[in-house]
Amino acid sequence: MAQSPAASLTPSAPAPNAEAPARPKRTYNGPSPRTLLVTLAMVVTASVLAGVVSGSVTVLFQALITGLLTGGIYSLIAMGLTLVYGVLHIINFANGAMVALSMFLTYAAVSGLGLHPYMALLITVPAMFVLGAAVQGTLLNPIMKAPIHTQLLVTIGLALAIENLLLMIFGPTPLSVELPGDHGVSFLGASVDLSRIYAFIGALVLVALLWLVLHKTRIGTAIRSVAASPEGSRLVGIDVKLIYVLTFGLGAAATAAAGTFVSTFTTIEPTAGSVFNLTAFVVVVLGGMGNVPGALVGGLVVGLTEQLGGLIFPGQSPLLTVFVVFLIVLFAKPQGIFGRAS
Amino acid sequence: MSTSTAAQAPSVSRRTSTPMAASTVSMRWNWFLLALTAVVGALLPFILTPAELSVAMRVIIFALMGIGWNMMSGFGGMFSFGHAAYFGIGAYTTAFLLLDVGMSPWLGMIVGMAVATAAAVGISYLALRYKVKGAYYALSTFAFAEMLRLFVMGNDGLHRTLGFTVPVLQGDNWGMFQFSADSPNYFWIGTGFLLVALIVSMVFLRSRAGRFTIATRDDEMAAAAIGIPVLRHKLTVTAISAAITAAAGTLYLQFYMFVDPEIAFGHAVSNNAIITAVLGGVGMLWGPLVGAIIVAPLSDLVAALLRNPPEWLALLSGQSGLDIVIYAVILIACVLVLPKGIVGTIVTRSRK
Repeated sequence: MAQSPAASLTPSAPAPNAEAPARPKRTYNGPSPRTLLVTLAMVVTASVLAGVVSGSVTVLFQALITGLLTGGIYSLIAMGLTLVYGVLHIINFANGAMVALSMFLTYAAVSGLGLHPYMALLITVPAMFVLGAAVQGTLLNPIMKAPIHTQLLVTIGLALAIENLLLMIFGPTPLSVELPGDHGVSFLGASVDLSRIYAFIGALVLVALLWLVLHKTRIGTAIRSVAASPEGSRLVGIDVKLIYVLTFGLGAAATAAAGTFVSTFTTIEPTAGSVFNLTAFVVVVLGGMGNVPGALVGGLVVGLTEQLGGLIFPGQSPLLTVFVVFLIVLFAKPQGIFGRAS
Repeated sequence: MSTSTAAQAPSVSRRTSTPMAASTVSMRWNWFLLALTAVVGALLPFILTPAELSVAMRVIIFALMGIGWNMMSGFGGMFSFGHAAYFGIGAYTTAFLLLDVGMSPWLGMIVGMAVATAAAVGISYLALRYKVKGAYYALSTFAFAEMLRLFVMGNDGLHRTLGFTVPVLQGDNWGMFQFSADSPNYFWIGTGFLLVALIVSMVFLRSRAGRFTIATRDDEMAAAAIGIPVLRHKLTVTAISAAITAAAGTLYLQFYMFVDPEIAFGHAVSNNAIITAVLGGVGMLWGPLVGAIIVAPLSDLVAALLRNPPEWLALLSGQSGLDIVIYAVILIACVLVLPKGIVGTIVTRSRK
């Protein structure tokens, strides 16, 4: 009953039973110290294991650094996804396509207008905010109470449309954006690209910004109120549909920032975003769906799992380990490592 | 879907969401439509050109996937986002047993269906046991399919990303499930599969177990309270669903003679299964077939239209990607305009 799609999305539906899915009631329920410690202990164990298997400290160190930095990128991309899920309970399948769209916008801004890649943020973020708001206002708002697959299909359709429009406009040739002054730096024997470090910092800044918006502004308070109870919010005079529009816009803006940061070190092609789609879902579930700070930690965990898993099980796709961890977490703690049972 | 509408009009919503409720009338209709499907399926190869027949074949494969998905998600109420897993298991098991063991694809299909069923029951048992529900359940099925794809891509015994190519035999060979390229046998076999899947669905939904399953979907608490073994019925419907989808995988393999990880376990496969069923009507016996008749030829139709475009579309010719954009727009429009799917809308209208 609880997973009969409409029931879990219809706010007026009576709470079905005591073990209803741990739908996050708040956009913020930060990681508890204990779970953080346990996670840390597991990461340390995995590192030691990976170090023993690979037999080289340098290799292990490189993996840890790469894992953390890649994890930061995963967090970046998952941020918008988790925000949208937390408030709207929509699994936005177009998230990856929106990342790709932002990459192409960055490319257009850099090659067409001669901007510095990070200055392109001034274009991509507002543009994607408008796009996201428009999508929510026209396509998704009318079906907010429909079963889960209806919204899912709309976002899948959106993803297909965006990716193939990009294909039509920019063609299939992979493009790239050069970050001026980007070079590898050596850090305790591990080599790292500066652009990835910037992206990592970008992820931290974005989390902080989102947290501030959600907690220190009136709009943010309204968003959190709608996430907790759309009915109650309506009663106190919040325009719920407008908040939905703003939230989706905010999610799209976060995704735009992610796309711009990522574009400086990945090849830009229409499917470049959906590569991250899978990982982003894992990050969102690990961090607790709708939990913005959780997404940051979830991203780091996934980045590390991927790198260490690649060392422990050589020859297998590193993502495989990520999915195994994902399924285990899903079954053991469905509300995410950092979510709390309601 | 019953809960939200039930508040306003209980009797109507019960009927629309449980097609078996108005039993005798709809049963007569079902048998009539089944006979119609059989006749059309038998005659189509005489009417269509080989190229059109291969599109019709895709309709059948899509319909089977949609029927499989609909069993679990439409009637069982468990939203699956990873039916590629069972499709892929069917195709890969058959291919592996054929090429490495020399087993006939017919037997391979049975084994594939068994393996897919076991996997589906296993994963669903875990999910139900640990109360993974709603969006989390959907994502767990998604992750399962992705894991299988990554596993196959990293496995030498399964040829990594290269996939399997079925060796070509001379002439028609019923024992090895292989016929010459333009033989109508594939289509007839496919129609047979389709009929079997539909009959299995009909019989199951009419049975005690099927009614209990639908009761469980509509209100799990109430169903459990009156003593329906909820878990068992959910696993049963999952098993049927996986078996049908796996058979579609084998059919795909034998028709196209090739399978690789993306074709078998790729995300597009799960999408197609869902889109087919949703467009036709979730929880509607005839939904997937109707959906497949629309979805499967869509990309061919658009591609054909753009190859020889009419005057006003000339500037769009030769643009790669446009066919999928149109497909996506139609998909969104259909979902927004017909939220109950085509069959669901027709049934609702006719009952008013």
